[in-house]
Amino acid sequence: MTSTRTAAALARPAHRAPRRPLQWTALAFLAPLLVYLLLFYAYPLYRNIELSLHDYTPRAFIQGDPEFTGLENYRAILTDGAFLRALGNTALFTLGSIAVQYALGLALAVFFHRRFRLSAVLRALFLVPWLLPLIVSASTWSWMLASDNGVVNAALRAFGIGQINWLTSPDTSLLAVTVANIWLGVPFNLVILYAGLQNIPAELYEAAGLDGANAWQRFLRITFPLLRPVSAITLLLGLIYTLKVVDIIWIMTRGGPADASTTLAIWSYREAFGTGQPDFSPAAAVGNLLILIAFAAGLVHVRLRKETP
Amino acid sequence: MRGWRTAVGVVLAGVMLFPVYWMVNVSLTRTGDLRADPPHWFPWNPTFEGYAAALGQQLPALATSLFIGLGTVALTLAVSLPAGFALARLRPRGGRAVDFLLLVAQMIPAVVMAMGFYAIYIRLGLLNTVPGLIVADSTLAVPFGVLLFRAFMAGIPGELMAAAQLDGASTWRTFRSIVLPLSRNSVITVSLFTFLWAWSDFIFASTLNRNSDVIPITLGIFRYIGNNTTQWNSIMATAVIASVPAAFLLVLAQRYIAAGVTAGAVKD
Repeated sequence: MTSTRTAAALARPAHRAPRRPLQWTALAFLAPLLVYLLLFYAYPLYRNIELSLHDYTPRAFIQGDPEFTGLENYRAILTDGAFLRALGNTALFTLGSIAVQYALGLALAVFFHRRFRLSAVLRALFLVPWLLPLIVSASTWSWMLASDNGVVNAALRAFGIGQINWLTSPDTSLLAVTVANIWLGVPFNLVILYAGLQNIPAELYEAAGLDGANAWQRFLRITFPLLRPVSAITLLLGLIYTLKVVDIIWIMTRGGPADASTTLAIWSYREAFGTGQPDFSPAAAVGNLLILIAFAAGLVHVRLRKETP
Repeated sequence: MRGWRTAVGVVLAGVMLFPVYWMVNVSLTRTGDLRADPPHWFPWNPTFEGYAAALGQQLPALATSLFIGLGTVALTLAVSLPAGFALARLRPRGGRAVDFLLLVAQMIPAVVMAMGFYAIYIRLGLLNTVPGLIVADSTLAVPFGVLLFRAFMAGIPGELMAAAQLDGASTWRTFRSIVLPLSRNSVITVSLFTFLWAWSDFIFASTLNRNSDVIPITLGIFRYIGNNTTQWNSIMATAVIASVPAAFLLVLAQRYIAAGVTAGAVKD
């Protein structure tokens, strides 16, 4: 017995010894994170899947005896008339937001890429919207877009445009929350794209200048192609972030009027917490669909990155 | 004309910051002038009644948010500093899997997390408590913290660590005495973002703490709006006060912010 143990002890270090002690140390340093991920990500996620597969009434929620319904919640959601509406709103809100804030962020990054007097200070000021608490920005936008005495309508009136009920008309509420979200997203795009620009060697621009390329050609032939990896990650992060947005929309319109600005995330939030009657099971199912969408986007991103050299 | 870029930059910044200006303007407007048409573009007769009301009613909420923010920073650093070090320096088996998990973790919407936490907290009695909110808020920052620390610590010269090990320092000692002091900038960056995210959190506060007497400032403002549709000067005054930490940190730590975002996101 003793001999086999010694033999094993002797045999193992022969090919693993150099890494072994470090492996345990590495694990010790990683342990808090692993426990954390398990307790505060994996378990809530598991609970959420469990919620979506049962019929949790508020009573069953407290007593813990819900009926198992399989994929019934998912079927109910996918066939609900509100689903297509929410999916369409999510697509408009998300794609509209990231396209415009990326374009604005890129234009500003190119503009600030040249050094000029006050450029650093001005660039820092652009970060402000992004650092403010969302409740602050969202309530400010609500007040600016108010129908009777909002400053936006007052300005439009100067151009002879009549009152627009930005937040209370089903035609404009989605546009209104998208505009506010774009305003919030520009700083993030600006910062990342600006950093990407700084990694492009200046010699390329000099060479292009010698060859007689104008500013637009330089942008099209050098800046934009070389920025592709940075652009891809910016758009992916923007997409993942925007899919999840609840606060801005909830504070400004609560998804209304009549679901006009209800996205999947808002739908989920409203079912679970937005009414006096929490309905966790369908809410969890909608939430899980959202994760799948974000995950699919992530996979597409990884795929595209592998294909581009 | 050499100054045209500066001039254009000032105009662009002005357009971008107009909502912030408007918030300050409304916060100083007298109640009677709030419904003026056209609105007053400048606070001609500034009043501080909004600020008086805000401070009178929202001071406890501000303190709660401060406490939650600091608690969240402490928890986030405790979890993500050693993990970042391990991933950057100790090359653990399965390190790539951890990377992947962190990426996936960032894809989970806060609504989903909130429901999961709600279901768990209701059993553990953590609903409507400050510690419960600290834990929930930290989930916004931990993946970001680990990824940023890993990126930063990978850049620390290996010779420094090798020298310490030769002198007989344990890995823990090397981490504490060499790596942590050198990582000061990244610690500032992560603490900054963690604090701001916890300070700004609305979703967790509105789901996990909504029946509590102890509420953070975001929920304070939200309730204020709900109960009070006419005193927009007080609401905007509270908003201005709630923005002070962001403004303060922006001025104080501007260079860390840009460095942090880019280190966390652009790492090709």
